[in-house]
Amino acid sequence: MRFMMIVKATQDSEAGVMPSQELFDAMARYNEELARAGVLVAAEGLHPSSSAIRISYPEPGGKPAVLDGPFTEAKELIAGFTLIEVKSREEAIQWAMRMPDPHGLGEGEIELRQVFEAPELTQDPEALAKEIEMRASVTRKPGRE
Amino acid sequence: MNKSAAHRTIDGIWRIESPRIIAGLARRVRDVGLAEDLAQDALIIALERWPESGIPDNPGAWLMTTAKRRAIDHLRRSKVRDQKYAELGWEIERQYEPDWDEAIDDPVGDDLLRLMFTTCHPVLSAEARVALTLRLLGGLTTKEIASAFLVPEPTVAQRIVRAKRTLAAAHVPFEMPPRAELPARLSSVLEVIYLMFNEGYAASSGGSWIRPMLCGEALRLGRILAEIAPAEPEVHGLVALMEIQSSRFKARIDKKGEPILLMDQNRALWDHLLIRRGLSAIERAERLGRAFGPYLIQASIAACHARARTASETDWVRISALYDALSQIAPSPVVELNRAVALSMAFGPEVGLEVIDAIGQEPSLKNYHLLPSVRGDLLMKLGRTQEAGIEFKHAAALTCNEKEREFLLRRAADCAID
Repeated sequence: MRFMMIVKATQDSEAGVMPSQELFDAMARYNEELARAGVLVAAEGLHPSSSAIRISYPEPGGKPAVLDGPFTEAKELIAGFTLIEVKSREEAIQWAMRMPDPHGLGEGEIELRQVFEAPELTQDPEALAKEIEMRASVTRKPGRE
Repeated sequence: MNKSAAHRTIDGIWRIESPRIIAGLARRVRDVGLAEDLAQDALIIALERWPESGIPDNPGAWLMTTAKRRAIDHLRRSKVRDQKYAELGWEIERQYEPDWDEAIDDPVGDDLLRLMFTTCHPVLSAEARVALTLRLLGGLTTKEIASAFLVPEPTVAQRIVRAKRTLAAAHVPFEMPPRAELPARLSSVLEVIYLMFNEGYAASSGGSWIRPMLCGEALRLGRILAEIAPAEPEVHGLVALMEIQSSRFKARIDKKGEPILLMDQNRALWDHLLIRRGLSAIERAERLGRAFGPYLIQASIAACHARARTASETDWVRISALYDALSQIAPSPVVELNRAVALSMAFGPEVGLEVIDAIGQEPSLKNYHLLPSVRGDLLMKLGRTQEAGIEFKHAAALTCNEKEREFLLRRAADCAID
């Protein structure tokens, strides 16, 4: 299953302040660890919202309104994301817990969201176990239990 | 934290930490079976203690330290036993005394690579290699492995026990293979990963077309291998092949669970992130500037499909050329069959039919359902529907996959209507 670790924006990231060398190194190490564990799918950082545009639909069925950044409320914005492919929700949580505090200064926030997948891909071990049970009961010969 | 939540958390931690711990221990005790037992001991202690005490700050280090202590205990016990044997005058091999002070860290992944070479060792049968690799490198339980292969749990447990015993009996050393053996040993590792992937991708039996867990595990192992053995083009080739094949998961089956052929798939449903990863893995391999191996060629073929925005844009001439190359370095009737398909797409069905009829008598293809299936397809394109119907029926009788059988019988029925 795939999870997105979303790093929330902070005043610094919105102001375009680059992270310290220390944080930069820690993030690089972390990404390397993800890659070496075979779970890293993608990792991207985003420009501050000052260069963003927002398209909204204030009137249902009406014309879109286009608004230029920057946008306020840093906590509602995102600064980057990392996509990982893991076996379980718990594994995803463990990886997210290991991500370095993205900004320090008490503002760091990471949100973990599961990505939708085709139903076939979410076929979980429990469902498979049931399938095996079913098979076993079909192949079992009567009178031998 | 309640007990079951704690156990699920520990399961997540185990998944992340166990391959490293087992690999690190194996380097010390020089026995992967023993290394896994010691790591399991540490896991059991964690399962007992952590629900009460809480998860330690650095759970990986905790597990490693605990496992290391178990290892030292174990070696001391066997040393005492050896001394007793010595007193009795028995000849014994000198016990290997590991240097525990040396950091157990494995910054370049050499231990993991050694572990992969060991679990994929040619002394083991293919299914034993797959099971042991999933267990030691995937951190999967025997129950999970059994589920993935639709076999009873004791069968897998036994397979793993026997595999460990075989490795110990054969004195397989926990080290990198000598240079001369490296290509063969690496291809054994790649084979195990691809076998795992294929088992998941085209489940050869049963009602399900894709067994996602196995594909996911294979892809993960491939991606790990690409990080720890980055100088091997075939590693990137295999990863690229798996990434691109995986990109089609959502498009491969319709809502009723029926298969959709590659040419009929909705390309908007393809996972373009995986395609991009696949293409960049191919580039990584090409940058190494060595001759194309079979995986890289197959990946390049998959890439031709991935690059085509619509089915009609597919570069069949290039695909035919790649199959020509593949049939040179890895000739097989199955490759010929695919080459026939590519040629028919590039140059017309009669060209493909010629190649098929040349391999039609191949004994190894006697029970291969895709031969009549493809032949039927080409005959249909040539307007020879009656003959095509016979081929589809023949193919339906040969396949073990229920969904595929229904599909082929439908095609046979369509021929009868014409």
